[in-house]
Amino acid sequence: MLLRVGFLAPLVIYLAVFFGYPLLANLSMALREYTAASFYTGEAPFVGAANYAAVLADPVFGTALGNTALFTAGSLVFQFAIGLALAVFFQRNFPLNGLLRSLLLVPWLLPLVVSGTVWRWIFDQEYGVLNQTLLGLGVIDQGLPWLSSTSMALASVTVANIWVGIPFNMVILYGGLQSIPAHLYEAAALDGAGPWQRFRHVTWPLLRPVSAVVLMLGLVYTLKQFDVIMVLTQGGPANATQTLTTWAHALSFGELDFGLGAAVGNLLIVIALGFALLYLRGLRAQPGAPVAGRRG
Amino acid sequence: MGVHRRVRTAFTTVVAVAIVAVLLFPLYWMVNASFQPPAGLLETPPRWLPLDGTLEGYREALDGQGRALLNSVVIAAGTVALTLLLAVPAAYALSRFRVRGAGVVLFALLLVQMVPGIVMANSLYAVMNQTGLLNTHLALVLADSTVAVPFAVLILRAFMVTIPKELGEAAMVDGAGAARVLWSVILPVSRNAMITAALFAFLFAWADFLFAISLNTDDAVMPVTVGIYRFIGAHTADWNSVMATGVIASIPAAVLLVAAQRYVAAGVTGGALKD
Repeated sequence: MLLRVGFLAPLVIYLAVFFGYPLLANLSMALREYTAASFYTGEAPFVGAANYAAVLADPVFGTALGNTALFTAGSLVFQFAIGLALAVFFQRNFPLNGLLRSLLLVPWLLPLVVSGTVWRWIFDQEYGVLNQTLLGLGVIDQGLPWLSSTSMALASVTVANIWVGIPFNMVILYGGLQSIPAHLYEAAALDGAGPWQRFRHVTWPLLRPVSAVVLMLGLVYTLKQFDVIMVLTQGGPANATQTLTTWAHALSFGELDFGLGAAVGNLLIVIALGFALLYLRGLRAQPGAPVAGRRG
Repeated sequence: MGVHRRVRTAFTTVVAVAIVAVLLFPLYWMVNASFQPPAGLLETPPRWLPLDGTLEGYREALDGQGRALLNSVVIAAGTVALTLLLAVPAAYALSRFRVRGAGVVLFALLLVQMVPGIVMANSLYAVMNQTGLLNTHLALVLADSTVAVPFAVLILRAFMVTIPKELGEAAMVDGAGAARVLWSVILPVSRNAMITAALFAFLFAWADFLFAISLNTDDAVMPVTVGIYRFIGAHTADWNSVMATGVIASIPAAVLLVAAQRYVAAGVTGGALKD
């Protein structure tokens, strides 16, 4: 018995040290004036809720919260819609189907920093292929500032993130589609249902549990998204693409006020936890659901 | 199959190829730029094909980022080792024994995957600072494993519960202990699940940017993701070597996709391992 516990003990200790302790430390840091000096002096005076008050009173908070909501909602809607359309399309039987489907996975496997870098080059105002093409087609008269205009940067960053997330949505939804029994479609066709009606009355309702899980996973991952935004805009210009995640990082590692960064981080946890509970409820409703996805 | 039907499926393939071409265009554009001479990148209209290509960008990338690439390999390999070391015995225990609190552990593994990386980075910075581990490979191995370990335990356990109990019991009757059963019965059967877990641990660590930029103030242990980030900051116009670095940093993903495609597919869909 003792030996058997020995197999699990390292993991439990690991979880306590690398998740339990950091989470508690973050709660404590948020209640202290924890700055770069704290690391040298070892002193971080207790300040109560002052960090939370400062963060909530900061005008950047509202901006970051709004950006986080728009970035997340925009990413989810389009990743899901495009992923679902591709999954439905690849249900068909045609030569090279398997090869093409696995090629679509490539963007999902790349480091996000690389994907972000590529999009930064595509969006480049002077030499980027997007402006060059639009100029060449006569759609615009001069290059658009995709990443450097406060009104366009958030949309541009979201587009890059949508591209990153399409493969994940497609693969999981494709798996969900494959598990819908073919005879249901045949029965619907016999009843005279056209392609749209078959999608509406067979595919959509039966895919709902998988859709719910994909959307919740996507939501939690998008809330945490850091790499793409940092590489493309670093939260700028003028906080136009600042999300709670990038702001927390800027406060801690830019302004070296770890107490403020911890406070924003904890607010993010509260939001993520709310959705995580939704996710777990969805998971219980769907026993065959995927256990994990990944970053992004 | 009739001629009519064959024409129709061929047409579908053409549409599918077009879709894939559009979605993968950004990657083509990276590869194209990596071979263009710097001046060729500043032309209008853009050069669509890397004719008159150069390997200059790659030479510069390897000169400038060789150290960072090596750091990435060390950190990713370390993360794989630590992840398997922790996850394999734990998954074994969670799948074969009735351990008290197993449900709590599984729930915790699901929940910790929701913790935003920035929260971890914030407090791990304090931890690494106190323990003197800032600017070491070990700090990044430990931090990156927080992403890989929960995933690996869940995927390995999902596979191990499908192994028939009789397989281990027969060995137990012959007098083998639990550790021996794990080593000589469970591990050989779980090879594919272990490869999947290892691949993803490698990719997670290789792609990590947040921990790398937060727990490093020093260039000595900087991995390639941070290398690229600094590179863009310092040479915004030098896109050809930036893109060459990007291509090199994508090689592990490409290799994994070609060499281990079915494992990758298994990883995407979580525990749904069939073979």
